[in-house]
Amino acid sequence: MRYIPNSPEERDEMLKVVGLNSADELFRSIPQDVRLNRQLNVTEPLAEPEVIGAMDKLAEKNTASRKTSFLGAGAYSHYSPTVVDHLIQRSEFFTSYTPYQPELTQGTLQYIFEFQTLVCQLTGMDVANASMYDGSTAMAEAFLMAQRVTRRDKVVIAETVHPEYLAVAKTYTQHGDLKIETVHFDKESGRTLADDLNKLDDKTAALVIQSPNFFGCVEDLKSLAEKAHHVGALLIVVVTEAISFGLLKSPGACDADIVVAEGQSFGVPLSYGGPYVGLFACKEKYVRNMPGRLAGIAYDQKGNRGFVLTLATREQHIRREKATSNICTNQGLIALAATIYMETMGRRGLQEVAMQNAQKAAYAARRISEIEGFSLPFSAPRFNEFVVRAPQSAEEILSKLSADKNIIGGLALSRYYDDNPNDFLVCVTELNSKEQIDNFVEGLKTVG
Amino acid sequence: MSIKKVTSHPTQNEELIFDRSQIGRVGYRLPKLDVEETNLDEILPAELRRDDDLEGVPEVSEVDVIRHFTRMSTWNYSIDLGMYPLGSCTMKYNSRLNEKVARIAGFANLHPLAPEREAQGALELIYNLQEDLAEITGLPGVSLQPAAGAHGEMTGVMLIRAFLDKRDGEKSKERRVMLIPDSAHGTNPASAHLAGFTVKTIRSTDEGLTDMEHLKTLCGEGGIAGLMLTNPNTVGLFETNIQQICDEIHQAGGLVYMDGANMNALVGVARPGDFGVDVIHLNLHKTFSTPHGGGGPGSGPCCCTAELEPFLPTPRVVKDAENYRLDFNRPESIGRVKAFFGNFGMMVRALAYIQTHGAEGLREATEAAVLNARYVGHHLTESYDKPFESDSMHEVIFSHKKQSRKGVHTLDIAKRLIDYGFHPMTIYFPLIVEGAMLIEPTESVGRADLDAFIDAMKSIAAEAVETPELVIGAPHTTRIGRLDEATAARKPVLRWKPDMEATAKSA
Repeated sequence: MRYIPNSPEERDEMLKVVGLNSADELFRSIPQDVRLNRQLNVTEPLAEPEVIGAMDKLAEKNTASRKTSFLGAGAYSHYSPTVVDHLIQRSEFFTSYTPYQPELTQGTLQYIFEFQTLVCQLTGMDVANASMYDGSTAMAEAFLMAQRVTRRDKVVIAETVHPEYLAVAKTYTQHGDLKIETVHFDKESGRTLADDLNKLDDKTAALVIQSPNFFGCVEDLKSLAEKAHHVGALLIVVVTEAISFGLLKSPGACDADIVVAEGQSFGVPLSYGGPYVGLFACKEKYVRNMPGRLAGIAYDQKGNRGFVLTLATREQHIRREKATSNICTNQGLIALAATIYMETMGRRGLQEVAMQNAQKAAYAARRISEIEGFSLPFSAPRFNEFVVRAPQSAEEILSKLSADKNIIGGLALSRYYDDNPNDFLVCVTELNSKEQIDNFVEGLKTVG
Repeated sequence: MSIKKVTSHPTQNEELIFDRSQIGRVGYRLPKLDVEETNLDEILPAELRRDDDLEGVPEVSEVDVIRHFTRMSTWNYSIDLGMYPLGSCTMKYNSRLNEKVARIAGFANLHPLAPEREAQGALELIYNLQEDLAEITGLPGVSLQPAAGAHGEMTGVMLIRAFLDKRDGEKSKERRVMLIPDSAHGTNPASAHLAGFTVKTIRSTDEGLTDMEHLKTLCGEGGIAGLMLTNPNTVGLFETNIQQICDEIHQAGGLVYMDGANMNALVGVARPGDFGVDVIHLNLHKTFSTPHGGGGPGSGPCCCTAELEPFLPTPRVVKDAENYRLDFNRPESIGRVKAFFGNFGMMVRALAYIQTHGAEGLREATEAAVLNARYVGHHLTESYDKPFESDSMHEVIFSHKKQSRKGVHTLDIAKRLIDYGFHPMTIYFPLIVEGAMLIEPTESVGRADLDAFIDAMKSIAAEAVETPELVIGAPHTTRIGRLDEATAARKPVLRWKPDMEATAKSA
């Protein structure tokens, strides 16, 4: 086996040194009757070209990966500067362990510190952690944190939060004493229904709002923060499309208490849903209730500045069942990719890419709304996603569009909702050229 | 003994990116906007837009970015540089082939919400990996959704909870005790807590194994939901009574969860499903070599018995004749634990690892991993206190007992190892051994490197007697010395700001 350095001769010599005659004897402490006395029934060893061939064959079957796509809904196609994937492949980064030994991991610790800073700058918050698994689990952790901070047991969540995020939160909280209530949305605007916010009361730990919401509508976070704070609840803001930070008022500027986001848009490939990176930020006063790792500044005896994982007394390896979370391994390398992305795009790039998304989506929305029989059911301002109401089943239209025109035209909302089978969610990013958008519009005309 | 592995080599200093930033520098270029522009106020009213002009976000060139990260990278230790003897972490070689196949466009560019019929290759890959992991663990129900080990643990104990709730109905309430050995990873109790269990701790014997008498006593107290056990345990010993342990728990009405952190000692040799385990999580970023990435991403598949399978997270990836599909119709499922289907990119790498090894290679890797640990154990028993006599599996534990009399402790030995060119071993874990040093070489180390490591450890043991101050002051060769972590935690500075150093120093 080419990954194992020792030759058979070396192995035999080492066995002799430790007083054994055969490799089998290494396992003497395993009772005979629980040993596997046969070979595993997995493949024969494959050579490199065979592995590549087999993988290519599988990848080939993923026909959707080669088509023009307008899919978003929590995972987005964006341009990733070439340097991102090159730099994360430096072995000093990707084959390194969690930075528990700061003298040997200053490279990792410094980029985590930069990542935390950039997340704070974009979300408008005071502190951010070193990452969570993804946006959905970050939101579930925010629920638990709000419960710790407020000592209240109810979370009120907008119906327009990503349905899979809500599902994850329900899984995480099903055995605690946290109740989850949903707030409906206004069928005209597509935004959270203000009249339904009377569900907020003095037992509410947090109001949870996604913006842009699952339908692409930008919420009025400022007034929602006021309503939450009025009853002493926190406002948790969820963002699935991190590119929107470049254009939209930051949640922090709207007085959000906790912000969780999916960071995949920052240079991370779609990769069929992961690995992505969860962003988690909050107000400074809540830092000791945060889940996950935090890197901070520290000095050595000579006064040299370095970075170190800090406030570990919140974490599972110290606090065990009383920890703020069970998380250990996070998304380190993906956080690095996001950091390189944010720094390479920089201040102006993050603004320009956000602007292009908004402009292209506005163009596509206008063109689609002009097609006979098609409409845009929601009136609220949008960023790069919007719902289209078709004259017939969205699923049928989209499947025809893919078969006839090689365009994945978006997501039929019937995947998550029973009503309005004709609705589908369209996402337009800077990677969709005018030509692609125009072809999409023409395609809808012919299949619709 | 002289230090052979390292010599001094200049590395470059590098400030934070915020200090490099210069107004007007640009590191990107996008194609020009090719659609007719809409008045921005019509798209988004001003009150919904940012008004801070992203002040403080860096402005740098592409060259700045490359130099910045390349310089910082040289401050890290990595597997590619050398041995990483971290016990319970399984830092093995990360194959470049796995990186290559994970980046195939047909995987990397595939959207998770693509229609199932247009993502058949990805679903087939997930299905195949599920099958392989079922065979390796002897547990037929597999979900690849959990994103890391602790996430897989949470999933595993939630399966137990769902099973008990269904079996016992209302009476399940009386069954909320999760037994966890005193040697367990901290994530175990933290995950049990998330599933609504209370934790009772099982003692270990002087031999480093689960105390059967104590286990029986605790089972006798009733209310047992289950046991969370690592096997081989965290002192590197196989729990020889594993079948009896599982029997005890089953007789008490509970289920057995196994922490798969140490599966590198068992692949191809013994299967948890065959010794009575009901549910296990694996760490693809340990046993199956997906890169640790400086702290992640991981992947923590959960494998379970057929009895527990109905409770696995939704959706499941299943096969119907020749087609693969997502099964959302899972009424007994614990629910979703993550958006989409898990860390797919890690699954591609893990499957490539399994295919490259094949059955015989997987067994060979296990043998090599155990032999390497045994070899280190054999050579260091004179220099260091080895608290347990028994044969170690893939990791071996020592303590600082012999050195602490001279004022040299585990932390000092670990830091001194850095001067010799090695990453330290896992230290102060598990908690049951005072001053623990847990060494796991993995199969990815050859004899010459093992010998160099052994020499370094022996040399440090000699220094601890002759020049203890040299060890206590270590490391002497790194960019920075030991950091003042207490002050850092008292007044944490967790982000850059122009005046942050003043804040940190005022702490």
